[in-house]
Amino acid sequence: MSGAKGSGVTERPREQWTGQVGFILAAIGSAVGLGNIWRFPGVAYENGGGAFLIPYLVALITAGIPILFLDYAIGHRFRGSAPAAFRRLGGRWLEGLGWFQVMVAFVIGLYYTAVIAWALSYFVFSFDLRWGDDPATFLTADYLQVGDPGLSFQFVPSVLIPLVLVWVVTLVVLGAGVARGVQRANVIFLPLLVVAFLVLVVRALFLDGAADGLNAFFTPNWQALGDPNVWIAAYSQIFFSLSIAFGIMITYASYRKRRANLTTPGLVVAFANSSFEILAGIGVFATLGFFAFQQGIAIDELEGLTGVGLSFITFPAIVSQMPGGPIFGVLFFGSLTMAGFTSLLSVLQVVSAGFQEKFGLTARQAAIRVGGVSAILSVLLFSTTTGLLALDVADQWANNVGIVASAVIMTVLVLWVLRKGPELRYHLNAVSTFKVGGIWVVLVGGLAPVVLGYMLISRIVTLTAEGYGGLPAWYLVLIGWGTIIVVIIGAVVLTLLRWRSDPERFTAWPPYPPTPVEHPAPPGASTRSPDGGAS
Amino acid sequence: MTGVAIAFLLLAIVLVWGGFVASTLFLSRHPELESFPPGGEDDHREDEAPVERDT
Repeated sequence: MSGAKGSGVTERPREQWTGQVGFILAAIGSAVGLGNIWRFPGVAYENGGGAFLIPYLVALITAGIPILFLDYAIGHRFRGSAPAAFRRLGGRWLEGLGWFQVMVAFVIGLYYTAVIAWALSYFVFSFDLRWGDDPATFLTADYLQVGDPGLSFQFVPSVLIPLVLVWVVTLVVLGAGVARGVQRANVIFLPLLVVAFLVLVVRALFLDGAADGLNAFFTPNWQALGDPNVWIAAYSQIFFSLSIAFGIMITYASYRKRRANLTTPGLVVAFANSSFEILAGIGVFATLGFFAFQQGIAIDELEGLTGVGLSFITFPAIVSQMPGGPIFGVLFFGSLTMAGFTSLLSVLQVVSAGFQEKFGLTARQAAIRVGGVSAILSVLLFSTTTGLLALDVADQWANNVGIVASAVIMTVLVLWVLRKGPELRYHLNAVSTFKVGGIWVVLVGGLAPVVLGYMLISRIVTLTAEGYGGLPAWYLVLIGWGTIIVVIIGAVVLTLLRWRSDPERFTAWPPYPPTPVEHPAPPGASTRSPDGGAS
Repeated sequence: MTGVAIAFLLLAIVLVWGGFVASTLFLSRHPELESFPPGGEDDHREDEAPVERDT
């Protein structure tokens, strides 16, 4: 089915970033998210401390940056969000992979907004230290009012109000388009985030016990390097941190002009993301050092060093004990809100762009229609007394099963089945100032699917055999595996629907294999440059 | 802080922040290619570019 309505459809110009800097800021804003602040420091500490730097950098160079380049190449060469780009790359059946990625982003958008709403609430709570002396009880009993596992429609106003606010602001930004909405928000919030977090880190470094915290964070445990799980943790951290393999960077790269540098900005984005993680590690562990010092215990006796526990229980407890605590709390939760918000925009832009292209919608129409449905579902599912449990389980499956499966399928189909590695490498080198060698194809086609495939299978086995979080099996099937089933059904249905305009009426540039125009090669010579480059 | 922790703090800063500085400097010196394959200036079907304004 071509599905095009033909000449009756007026093509709109494709949106673009206003330039290289705008793209880089938006891409960094996407990569720097909640995980940089609440995941990396604890993961590094638990997996070898200073020694974790080695597997972390190896994972960055051998998997993170290569897959980032793969996303860039697909989005930029085929100039579309994930469904359109994959359709042009591999035909209709590959379009389904694009919709799978859109559906994963759709699900993540539903609950990611809720976490940002919590951070926004705690930003306000910081002014009067509303959580009192027992932040754990305040979070679960007073603020979230967590009930038993199930589906309740008993709304919690203290979550509902900030959640609606986050959705309204998000949809206004998405509706304003790529340059005037998403890019502008990143240009404002990313520098603000960096400044706020730098102030927080400097303050943390002058707290009593900060040096002990940094000792715990940076002292290497060399034995950890012999543990395969530490290496898997490093690959997981890099993979989830860089916003790769579920459509975000495909979509963002598609908004670059055709003659645009890809790989060099990609290096800047990847190292900027890791730089923020190191900064977060310093800030978080200096602060945890203070907390341990106040309690007269060692760092390794502390609990709640990652995720929701770190941000919404441990940090509020620390803020309560700190001189000038409210300012510290405002900086921390303000940073968390901004980091989450710029990442959320990228997740939802994947959904918006997919629907815009297939159904001929404007950015505003997509924001109102698709975003409106997302907002309603998000409010129904995550602003109730069962929101926290549903969020935790949906996140576990969407990330560890959905995104990782998407990455494995993408690398296997694109590199092994369709054998597009040389073409995509040629594309990267034809437009970029940093050239990628043949090793790039080996890394994205060989190492990436092996490591990610191992991560996927081991996690599925663990989730199936051991369950998750002590929750009942029926609940994990309903919310966890139910999430994956919804994603698959959504992907199939959206693939089968008609395109408003034919996505395959498209010519990739530059042509591949490259055809010599001005100076034809002598008879018998190869038309491809030996390094895959185009200069 | 202990000597080994300081050493790894500095190592992390040099490698990761150094990578960021180095890639930024490389980009500032090589922002775009000077020559491209023919074509690709715009896509009349879908990619008519708005005015370029670098931020």
